[in-house]
Amino acid sequence: MFEIVKKEWLHDVIFLIEIKAPEIARKIRAGNFLVLRMRDGAERIPITVAEYNREKGTVTCIIQVIGQSTKLLSTLEEGDQIKDVVGPLGKPTHIEKYGTVGIVSGGLGIPLANLVAKELKEAGNEVIGMVGARTENLLVWEEEMSQYCEEMAYCTDDGSKGMKGFTTHLLEEKIAELAKKKKKFDLIFTVGPTIMMKFVTQITKKHNIPTVASLNPIMVDGTGMCGACRVTVDGQIQFACVDGPEFDAHLVDFDELINRLEQYKKHEKVAFDKYDKECGGKHK
Amino acid sequence: MTEKTEERRQHKRSEKTPVKTKMREQKPKDSIKNYKEVPFGYTEAEAVLEAERCLHCRRAFCQEGCPVEINIPGFIDAILRNDFKEGIKIIKETNVLPAICGRVCPQESQCEAACLLGKKEGWDPVGIGRLERFLADWEREHGVTTPEVAKPTGKKVAVVGSGPAGLVVAADMARLGHKVTLFEAFHKAGGVLIYGIPEFRLPKAILAEEVETLEKMGVEIKYNTVIGLTYTLDELFEMGYDTIFLGTGAGLPRYLGIPGESLNGVYFANEFLTRVNLMEAYKFPDGSDTPVNLGKKVVTIGAGNVAMDCARTALRLGAEKSYIVYRRSINEAPARQEEIHHAEAEGVEFHCLSSPLGIMGDENNNVIGLECQECELGEPDESGRCRPVPIDGACFDIECDTLIIAIGQRPNPLVPRNTPGLETHRWGGVIVNEETGETSIPGVYAGGDIVTGAATVILAMGAGRTAAKAMHEYMMNKK
Repeated sequence: MFEIVKKEWLHDVIFLIEIKAPEIARKIRAGNFLVLRMRDGAERIPITVAEYNREKGTVTCIIQVIGQSTKLLSTLEEGDQIKDVVGPLGKPTHIEKYGTVGIVSGGLGIPLANLVAKELKEAGNEVIGMVGARTENLLVWEEEMSQYCEEMAYCTDDGSKGMKGFTTHLLEEKIAELAKKKKKFDLIFTVGPTIMMKFVTQITKKHNIPTVASLNPIMVDGTGMCGACRVTVDGQIQFACVDGPEFDAHLVDFDELINRLEQYKKHEKVAFDKYDKECGGKHK
Repeated sequence: MTEKTEERRQHKRSEKTPVKTKMREQKPKDSIKNYKEVPFGYTEAEAVLEAERCLHCRRAFCQEGCPVEINIPGFIDAILRNDFKEGIKIIKETNVLPAICGRVCPQESQCEAACLLGKKEGWDPVGIGRLERFLADWEREHGVTTPEVAKPTGKKVAVVGSGPAGLVVAADMARLGHKVTLFEAFHKAGGVLIYGIPEFRLPKAILAEEVETLEKMGVEIKYNTVIGLTYTLDELFEMGYDTIFLGTGAGLPRYLGIPGESLNGVYFANEFLTRVNLMEAYKFPDGSDTPVNLGKKVVTIGAGNVAMDCARTALRLGAEKSYIVYRRSINEAPARQEEIHHAEAEGVEFHCLSSPLGIMGDENNNVIGLECQECELGEPDESGRCRPVPIDGACFDIECDTLIIAIGQRPNPLVPRNTPGLETHRWGGVIVNEETGETSIPGVYAGGDIVTGAATVILAMGAGRTAAKAMHEYMMNKK
């Protein structure tokens, strides 16, 4: 059992939980992920990590309520226990001194990008953050991330914070701005909605900028066993849980990944509606 | 052996029944509607009847045919004396998991293949597996005695993975007085026995009881712990473990390399079975939050036990058609005869000598069918089985909305990748000294599918037994 030592709502549908998991906290690094199972009968869900504290032995996750499992998780409070937490899974982000690194992130990708920014800065990189969300309230953890970035640019679909538009626009602008100074990105790291990563990759391909994407396929075990998380990279099947979750974005078949993420939409709705009915809509 | 046995040796074959005592089982029309075990097992009277078929050979060929050399004549003799307690005791001297082996061992190619009775045309061997199962079930009904453990040696053993190999090592080591910690990545113990083999073939309650026995023997189980990631082998040694056993299994799917393997509706067997068995997707949404996406026409590629499990599970989940597609003929199929028999009886349709060419999808990337190449049998290949040879121009399509790829697994890469100095074959298997199970790292042993690639439960158990013996010697000789 894993205790929730802190819980905080960041928005109507976004919350933070800090979980006591000393064995995981002692080793976790940027790019790793966890698999949680809330109770008997619950799904195993992969979750990224926003922050960790090795001394306290805790890991912090930021979660958006999107389906039945995340809704169930959102009902747990400080002092409550999560049945199973597994990790650190996946390969950590490959960190080295690249030079100028752009991090393009959207929505719930930003908390993960935060850890990557931190480690890249520590390795001596100049980090430029480009982050976005639908609207200002859905932009979370961007303040934390900004402390590791030389520059930070924001955008929202509705213009409520930063530029009105998408992160791809921020990226195009930054590339042009750097070019004027005879500079360029040595690496782009992207994490967020798959569709966003797809378009970010199209831009960086055009400009020939090496790009790493952190993928978020459906997973079951998270240890290489089931193959649910397979993605096609350079024409080969790769398992995101053990070979990734980060890959050379220029080689990733994003359309296939987008399709595969749709597989359980119908089931998700059934489960969500059933759960919602059971709770009588009482929870947040 | 008793005097009675001597007397029975005088019995002629003519006094025996040629066929095995029938095991009562669910009718196929019922079995495909539930997840209960299909065969019911022998009653005491049926077990004695079957034991009476034994010829009591002076040389126990059956025992020689068993990978862990169970004293088969000994337990058959005990059954004939109605001393079932003694019977199970004899089995447990060499096999700690008889309820499981009695159900999933390929007896027809091991002990029963060696049985003299079955050598004659038209005669069945003694139903050794059924008798083993009977004794194990009898014990469970009458109260399992926890095996005695030796006094503590002060040595600590880390067992990685709680599948068949790991369970055996844990039991053997605990029995010898060592302190055992069993590390399991999942939230339940059993490895392939829990995520892979369906309830209708191995009820989970049986496995749970075996695991409970281990805990009573002092084995500590640490769930949610992925060795290689949560802890490396070096860290385990630093934590004071004297030896480590790797039984991490064949947990990485093999795929065909044909177009369409990532279409929606295409599963690898491991995912399909894990969803249904470990995560209990058959209860979704009432009792399990994990769904499985199953259509009406299901194709399973492959003809091993796992493929049969998938095809039969699909029927239970409501598939109207469940097909097996296999590139060789049914005689080459690696599945046990009993599994093929059950699959056929339940209505699984076989397309043998059909080699998959490509998986077809619709405009939404959902699977809609499989294109196959008809084959005929050619010369035997390196596996000794006849090679399928394509028949020119003979191709056909099978319509389906779910497709399951069940063509085997490769060793799980997590421990090898994160353990410098652990030598592996190019295909991923850990290299060991076959006589001891020792790997290239002193004090680290391995066995089961992580060494052999996907094989059987009993072979993994045999490897576990070998390693346990060597680990014990290693620890006791080390000062």
